[in-house]
Amino acid sequence: MNTENTMQDKVKEIVKKYKGDKSALVAILQDVQDEYRYLPKEALLTIHEQMDIPMARVYEVATFYDAFSLTPRGRFIIEVCTGTTCHVQGGMNLLDTFERSLRINCGETTEDGLFSVDRVGCLGCCSIAPVVRVNDTIHPQMTQDEIPRVLRTYMAKRYGR
Amino acid sequence: MSKINTLDALDKAAKKGRDLLFPSTKIRISIGMTTNSIAAGARSVYDAFLEEKKNKNMKFDMVKTGGMGFDSVEPIVDVVIPNKPRLAFAKVTVEKVPVLLEQVARLNLDRELPFYRVDEQEDIFTGETIQYVKGRLPRVFSKISLREEIPFYKNQLKVVTRNCGVIDPENMEEYIARGGYYGLHKALTEMKPDEIVQEIIDSGLRGRGGGGFPTGIKWRSCREAEGDIKYVICNGDEGDPGAYMDRSLMEGDPHSIIEGMIIGAYAIGASQGYIYVRNEYPLAVENLNRAVMQARKAGLLGKNIFGQKFSFDIKIAKGAGAFVCGESTALIASLEGRAGEPRAKYTHTVEHGLWDMPTNLNNVETWNNVPIIIARGSKWFSQIGTKTSSGTKVFSLVGKTNNIGLAEVPMGMTIRDIVYGIGGGIYNDREFKAVQTGGPSGGCIPKSLLDLPVGFDELADAGSMMGSGGMIVMDDTTCMVDIAKYFLDFLAKESCGKCTPCREGIRRMRSILEDICSGGGQEGDIELLKEMSDAIIDGSLCALGGSAPSPVLSTLRYFQEEYETHIKGKKCPAGVCKKLIKFRILDEQCNGCGKCRKVCPTRAATGSRREPHKIDQNLCIQCRACYEVCTFNAIIIE
Ligand SMILES: Cc1cc2nc3c(=O)[nH]c(=O)nc-3n(C[C@H](O)[C@H](O)[C@H](O)COP(=O)(O)O)c2cc1C
Ligand code: FES
Repeated sequence: MNTENTMQDKVKEIVKKYKGDKSALVAILQDVQDEYRYLPKEALLTIHEQMDIPMARVYEVATFYDAFSLTPRGRFIIEVCTGTTCHVQGGMNLLDTFERSLRINCGETTEDGLFSVDRVGCLGCCSIAPVVRVNDTIHPQMTQDEIPRVLRTYMAKRYGR
Repeated sequence: MSKINTLDALDKAAKKGRDLLFPSTKIRISIGMTTNSIAAGARSVYDAFLEEKKNKNMKFDMVKTGGMGFDSVEPIVDVVIPNKPRLAFAKVTVEKVPVLLEQVARLNLDRELPFYRVDEQEDIFTGETIQYVKGRLPRVFSKISLREEIPFYKNQLKVVTRNCGVIDPENMEEYIARGGYYGLHKALTEMKPDEIVQEIIDSGLRGRGGGGFPTGIKWRSCREAEGDIKYVICNGDEGDPGAYMDRSLMEGDPHSIIEGMIIGAYAIGASQGYIYVRNEYPLAVENLNRAVMQARKAGLLGKNIFGQKFSFDIKIAKGAGAFVCGESTALIASLEGRAGEPRAKYTHTVEHGLWDMPTNLNNVETWNNVPIIIARGSKWFSQIGTKTSSGTKVFSLVGKTNNIGLAEVPMGMTIRDIVYGIGGGIYNDREFKAVQTGGPSGGCIPKSLLDLPVGFDELADAGSMMGSGGMIVMDDTTCMVDIAKYFLDFLAKESCGKCTPCREGIRRMRSILEDICSGGGQEGDIELLKEMSDAIIDGSLCALGGSAPSPVLSTLRYFQEEYETHIKGKKCPAGVCKKLIKFRILDEQCNGCGKCRKVCPTRAATGSRREPHKIDQNLCIQCRACYEVCTFNAIIIE
């Protein structure tokens, strides 16, 4: 299949960048995740073949780290900070509200593939807690009240670009 | 950048940097550009300045610096007018930019009063003072407070954070102008490796990553260990929630970390270094990468540094979102491309570390202290702080204080001076309840210990620890049982699962706490929690498990009545635990604005316009949305 071929090529290219260095497995997986926003099974197989690392090892590393996902993720990844400061400022309630509004649980993606909701440890923005990060944008001092508006802004972006 | 291989070349670079930091003809405007100030709007303010500059054809230099520390008043704009005091404007918005520029150009400061002024800058590296003001201080400036008069800055001592918010982290010459790489030059050309190790031992520097292990002793062990290749590692994984000083240092002063590592590598005999940066810190990675490249170009990394028979280079690795990878052996596993599981402590990393070679690992802030200790000497350094904890510590003062940000103070300052002096007391004049330090391995320190001096041993004796320096201040609206549950939840998620007592024990303790918080607490729960804590502490390989019960034990030590009120009285005095509270609207306070009705997700809040509203307890899910949105204090928790 065509997409598979291009994916294989892409992954090979990434592996090549690290000159077959087995210790670069984490970095390689990060690059693949950056490319596809998750780790497709075919990509993991390609890494296993190209780098001569047992599939079990590739899988172990891929599942150990929180930054990796084995399932496709939404176009907008909503990460609610649940670090201590954000927690004492009500971060958990924000997470609940996102889950309720999007009808998904933390760690899941909406059916239309638009949003994923996740929690994240301190983003180092405690001075403006509680914060929520959507892709690369950090929303300061979020309130539950603002959530519908934030979601609408991103829904509108779906048609943009 | 030309090669810097002699003192002369260093002086030349410093001169260039000084001309930028203390301009003689052009105005220099700098904006603290950190992850958090960007979120607070710094980037748009920066763009607004550029826009205005272009439109009005003005002449001034624009620079991005690291964070100035006072994060609750970001974005902060810093203005250096040649031969005049340096000025800082706080909470700058895009709209204020034109006024601000006009004022600065005309030296009329009435409309937007600067937050503070700086007349002179002490160069902590040399001890010299450099004056911004030439001649007499013009009258317009005299009504502006000096930075030293602002409570947030008054009692701080900026050693480690000396460059953050002052220099442009993208400009190596500015770093050199502040004394950067002079320590390295001294170390490489005037000192023997053993002398450097001894200097660090004498300084009393203890690791800033949590445990407080004496840095020099660690270096010595690694120096003495057998091995053809040795490594030094900088731990920039910064996992403690509520702590972000390492990020600020990596973003705002990356060269200082690199310089510290080169000195350390020379002293230990290492040839390769790694900086392991947390996954969530892209800006830190970017700034570190650039700095490493600059140092390489200048010959400060690579072969024969300063013409000596010493070669060293640094690689940067990104974490992948696992808290346990902050632990030294797990971090090493991650660098080797494996899952980050800690291993038993009977093999020491200083002897068998990365690829089984002697490896010295230190925290970001620890490395940052090294150049200045070499430059000013251990005697100077050890005078700062206390006998057992020398130097300064950067704390992230966050949570319920009025002033929020990173504060660097001499060790030994009391918690009261930090929270009430620097922090300006508790927001909304509420009651101080506790300060959480040491992250998930730490604990909560109560009001009765406000006069405790902060130091490694003092905090440990109080049942908490220094950790990376997070200080999360809590008031009477924070439930201590909920906090204990929160940390166990965090640790249950982050336990790598290798040791059964840690993996299963933390989960069991969490479920007991969940029961207590939801009204199912039973007589004997407290004793059970204590018993399980002992088992987990004894049965875990690494410190994650070994200290996991700390948040529970410390809250039990100081706030046991709060647990009992949850268990016996089925009440949450702080009004946090959902199953134990009810929201009610006070008729006499409610004017029927309808905000609560609109925000309520379950239609529990109802009422007609301009009539007092009601909450249907059967529908209410205690989401707090109405409580947060009500501006008339009409909703109470009972
Ligand atoms: C679970 C766990 C997490 C840790 N996280 C960090 C961290 O994020 N940053 C850090 O510098 N040290 C962390 N440490 C401490 C390191 O293991 C190590 O002691 C430290 O980095 C050594 O540097 P220092 O001597 O300069 O403090 C952690 C330890 C444990 C057990
Ligand atoms: S706890 Fe959320 S940003 Fe620090």
